[in-house]
Amino acid sequence: MSTVNLRIDRLGGVRGALEKLGAYLLFAGRLLLASPRAVLRPGLVVAQIYNAGALSLALIMFCGLFVGMVLGLQGADLLQRFGAEEALGPAAALGMLKQLGPVVAALLFAGRAGTALTSEIGLMAATDQLSAMEMMAVDPVRRVCVPRFLGALIALPLLTAIFITIGLYGSQLVGVQLLGIDAGQFWSQMRNAVELDDIAEGMVKSVFFALAIASLAVFEGFHAQPTAEGVGRATTRTVVNSSIAVLLLNYVLTAFYIH
Amino acid sequence: MRQSKSIELATGFFAALGFAAMFFMVTQITNRSPTFGDAGFHLEADFDNVGSLKEGAPVSMSGVSVGRVESIRFNQGTYKAHVVLRIQPQYNRIPDDSDAAIFTAGLLGGQYVGLQAGGSETFYRDGGHIELTQSAIVLEELISKFLFSFASKEADQKTAPPAQSP
Repeated sequence: MSTVNLRIDRLGGVRGALEKLGAYLLFAGRLLLASPRAVLRPGLVVAQIYNAGALSLALIMFCGLFVGMVLGLQGADLLQRFGAEEALGPAAALGMLKQLGPVVAALLFAGRAGTALTSEIGLMAATDQLSAMEMMAVDPVRRVCVPRFLGALIALPLLTAIFITIGLYGSQLVGVQLLGIDAGQFWSQMRNAVELDDIAEGMVKSVFFALAIASLAVFEGFHAQPTAEGVGRATTRTVVNSSIAVLLLNYVLTAFYIH
Repeated sequence: MRQSKSIELATGFFAALGFAAMFFMVTQITNRSPTFGDAGFHLEADFDNVGSLKEGAPVSMSGVSVGRVESIRFNQGTYKAHVVLRIQPQYNRIPDDSDAAIFTAGLLGGQYVGLQAGGSETFYRDGGHIELTQSAIVLEELISKFLFSFASKEADQKTAPPAQSP
C-alpha cells in the first residue's frame, strides 16, 4: 500500500516538474515572440539595461579584477613548475575568454540582476499591479516582462566583455608587475595564441547564458505566489535554477566548441 | 526628467564601456585580423606524414609568418596528406622550386610549415603545387631508428674480429 502511494507521489512530482518545464518553455517562447515589438518603445528597454547592466557594473569590474589576479597568481605558480611561465599570457587569456569570463560573470549577474528582476516582478504581482494592467487592457508580458528580458539579454554580453578585459588587466598586473614575467612575452604570446574564434566563443556563451538567466528570472517573478514568502522563494529559485542552467549549458557549449 | 537624464547617461556610459571592452578584445589580444581569410593565394603540398600539424598553423619563411595552413586532407589516390596553404598576397615572389617541411616550434610548441626558398626565376602562383616536401619528424620513428642503428652497430662490433690486439 505504502509503495503504491510512494509511486503516485513520485509520479506527481515528475508530473509537476514536467508541467513547470512546459510552462517555462511556453513563457520563454512568448517572451521571444513579443520581443521584436519592443522596438516600438525603446525607452523601456534602455531603463532596464540601466537596471540590469549599469547597476551591476561596479560588482562585475571588482570581481573581474580579482578573478584575473588569482588566475595570474595561480597560473604563474603552476607554469613555473614546468619552466614555462611566459605561457601565462595565453593561459590567462584563453581561460578568461572561454570559461571564467562568461561563467563567473553570468553567475554574478544571476545573483545581482536576476534576483532583482524576479523580486520586482513578483512584488508587482503580489500588489496586484499586473492584474491592474490587465484590467486596463495592457499586456503585462509586453509592458513589464519583455523590456526586462531584453535589458538583461543586452546587458550580460557587455558585462562579460568588461569582466574579461578587466580580468586580463588583473592577470597582467600580478604576472608582470608582481611576479616579473616579461610584459612583451606576456602580450605577444597571448596575441599569437588567441584566435578571433576564441573571443566569439566567449561572447556566444554569454548570449546563451543571458537568454537562460533573463527568461528564468522573469518567469519565476511572473509565476511567483503573490505573497511575501512566495516572492522570496521565487527569488531563491531564480538563483538556483539559473546557476544550474549556466553550468550545464557551459558544459554543453564547451563540448560543442571542442568538436 | 532630471533623473531620467542621469539614467540615460549611466546607461550610455555602460554601453560605451562594454563595446570598448569588445573592441579591445578583438584588436588587442589577437593578431589574427578578421579579413585575413579572404586575402592571399593558395599553394598545395603533399606530405607523407603531417604529424600533429593543425589547420590554422602558421606557414613561415626564414622564421617570418607568411601565411596559414588552410586545410589538411588525406588523398586516397596518392596515399599522402594533401595540405592547402594560404599565403598572404604580398609574398608573391616565392620561387617555384621552393620546398616545404614541417617543423616543431620549441620543445612543446605546435607544428608549422616552413618554406625554404629555391633558386628558380619563376614564382608560385595561386594553386601552385610544391613538389619537394619533407614530413614531420615523428618522435617514435626517430627513437626506433636510433635504437635499430645502435643495435646493428653493436652486432657489427661483436661479429667483427678484435682489431689489432697486442
